[in-house]
Amino acid sequence: MRGRALIWKATPLETLNFAIANWSQIVARGWEHISLVGVAVSVAVLTGVPIGILITQSRVAADRVLYVAAIIMTIPSIAFFGLLIPVLSPIGQGIGYLPAVIALVFYAQLPIIRNTYTAIMNIDPALREAARGMGMTAFQRLREVELPVALPVIVNGVRNAVVLNIAIATIATYIGAGGLGVFISRGISQTDPRQLITGAIAVSVLAILADLGLLLLQRRLTPVGLRQS
Amino acid sequence: MIRLKNLTKIFGATTAVDNVSMEVGAGEVCVLLGPSGCGKTTTMKMVNRLIEPSGGRIFIDGKDVTEVDAVQLRRSIGYVIQQIGLFPNKTVEDNICVVPDMLGHDRKASRKRAAELLEMVNLEPAAYARRYPKELSGGQQQRIGVIRALAADPPVLLMDEPFGAIDPINREVIQDEFMKLQAALKKTVIFVSHDIDEAVKMASRIAIFKAGRLVQYDTPDNILAHPIDSFVADFVGADRTLKRLRLIAVRDAMAENPPRVTAQDAVETAIALMESHGHISVVMVGPQGRARGFVRLEALRGKKGVVGDHFEKLPSVIDIDDNLRNAVSRMFTNDQSWLACVDASGVYQGYITQRGITHLLGATYRDR
Ligand SMILES: Nc1ncnc2c1ncn2[C@@H]1O[C@H](COP(=O)(O)OP(=O)(O)OP(=O)(O)O)[C@@H](O)[C@H]1O
Ligand SMILES: [Mg+2]
Repeated sequence: MRGRALIWKATPLETLNFAIANWSQIVARGWEHISLVGVAVSVAVLTGVPIGILITQSRVAADRVLYVAAIIMTIPSIAFFGLLIPVLSPIGQGIGYLPAVIALVFYAQLPIIRNTYTAIMNIDPALREAARGMGMTAFQRLREVELPVALPVIVNGVRNAVVLNIAIATIATYIGAGGLGVFISRGISQTDPRQLITGAIAVSVLAILADLGLLLLQRRLTPVGLRQS
Repeated sequence: MIRLKNLTKIFGATTAVDNVSMEVGAGEVCVLLGPSGCGKTTTMKMVNRLIEPSGGRIFIDGKDVTEVDAVQLRRSIGYVIQQIGLFPNKTVEDNICVVPDMLGHDRKASRKRAAELLEMVNLEPAAYARRYPKELSGGQQQRIGVIRALAADPPVLLMDEPFGAIDPINREVIQDEFMKLQAALKKTVIFVSHDIDEAVKMASRIAIFKAGRLVQYDTPDNILAHPIDSFVADFVGADRTLKRLRLIAVRDAMAENPPRVTAQDAVETAIALMESHGHISVVMVGPQGRARGFVRLEALRGKKGVVGDHFEKLPSVIDIDDNLRNAVSRMFTNDQSWLACVDASGVYQGYITQRGITHLLGATYRDR
């Protein structure tokens, strides 16, 4: 109750003063945040896209993989971080950057796998038929036709994963992985609304910027022949 | 060129293709015809091994197709489908050059060939080569689908209802264009259709399928004139004899070196000419031999002067390269029992009569 009352008392001006005074800190934590999400999503793309492609070969496999990925999404992030502590402790990495990235990789899987799978499954069967009939190998079909046509939807999945990860990475501060969540956790523990609000706004801004940036990327990666005119 | 030997395909409980044997000669267009589900597509797809046979063999130029790597085989066989399947991420010219590019042919040379092929189907290369498929009409896309199959100059072409999704007017145009291409390129073509008119128009030979079995394999005229059983007769239609009209060119049915008069000829000369030939009318030609009109024996009787004073206009004429179907249609339209036949520059070449046509169509029955 007391915390909430305090939030109401923090004027925008006080928060602004705090943000200006701690600007370099905000930037440093922001970079930590970007690094966590950037590394996690990169790894997730490298695993998720091939998985998404592979499961197009088997309905059963697809159902199972998507089911597991969906289950992972429902695990509360704080619990997931907790689960990784005993797993990674033997190599001395129970807390900090590594478990945070690993958890984020898992959370990013579902949107990437699902979008890759859906995009490839939704490709007009006539394209596949024509490609096969003209003598393309499975790999050529993927490279020349299926991936280019599926790319916009796959990038859309990556966008979802990034925004999701930016939100989840806020919790990573609790296992000492830093990031913009630091301001929020301190704001709560020190009942300091200025830090809390600064952290929350910074995370939102980061998410919005990342989303817009990836939207532009998505447009650029869309083959010209598939663009809406 | 293509030989199917006891070809069979069984899908679970369905026998899609049942012991089919046939041969398609080099440069021929073989149309597989039959009702839906009779196994036309399955038969065709076994040729490029998109479907593996359950039994029997396929030879192309004497070589068993299963002895060739499936991917290599498909690159050597043109393939056109009804849904077209142009790659939306590639330009028109890149679509056309898919197979040449895979085969590692010189890019410049294949792009040049693509432009030639575009011209052959009346698409201006400068305007269309760099477009994307979505920027084309359905008919234009299907033309690209056809020339894409021809780009690497494969000797064999497989086409599965390639013009099935196109509106009737455009379909005729594309069929004509394809026949022109085919006359120039002389591919060995297996063409799936369920449209008897299309088959009659395109085929060197028609293979009629029923429930996976080949029931009749013959020239279009023989299929129409002598359907082997009631199934084929029903399938080709009660008007099958009318359909045969389209197969015969006017030049092959007309009476050549016909009598003729000029405007300066005396009426008496014209009357004598008609009487000696037993005709009731005769065509009047101009100085270059072009058909200008005609005079009727009945109308000239008792008249004086020259033909030029008494001639009537020809209600219509027919080009010698046209077919009898159009000729008959024109006769019916103008209530004529005969037509003057002219060449491309209008020069009078001969005439056809309704009786003559009836006689010609009946010949095949009398000979048997
Ligand atoms: N992959 C498949 N699995 C099982 N049955 C099949 C398969 N492909 C075709 N069939 C069956 O084989 C039969 C012949 O099919 P096919 O596609 O060759 O017919 P079609 O003559 O091309 O017909 P349409 O004019 O409708 O295209 C049909 O009964 C069809 O249901
Ligand atoms: Mg079919």
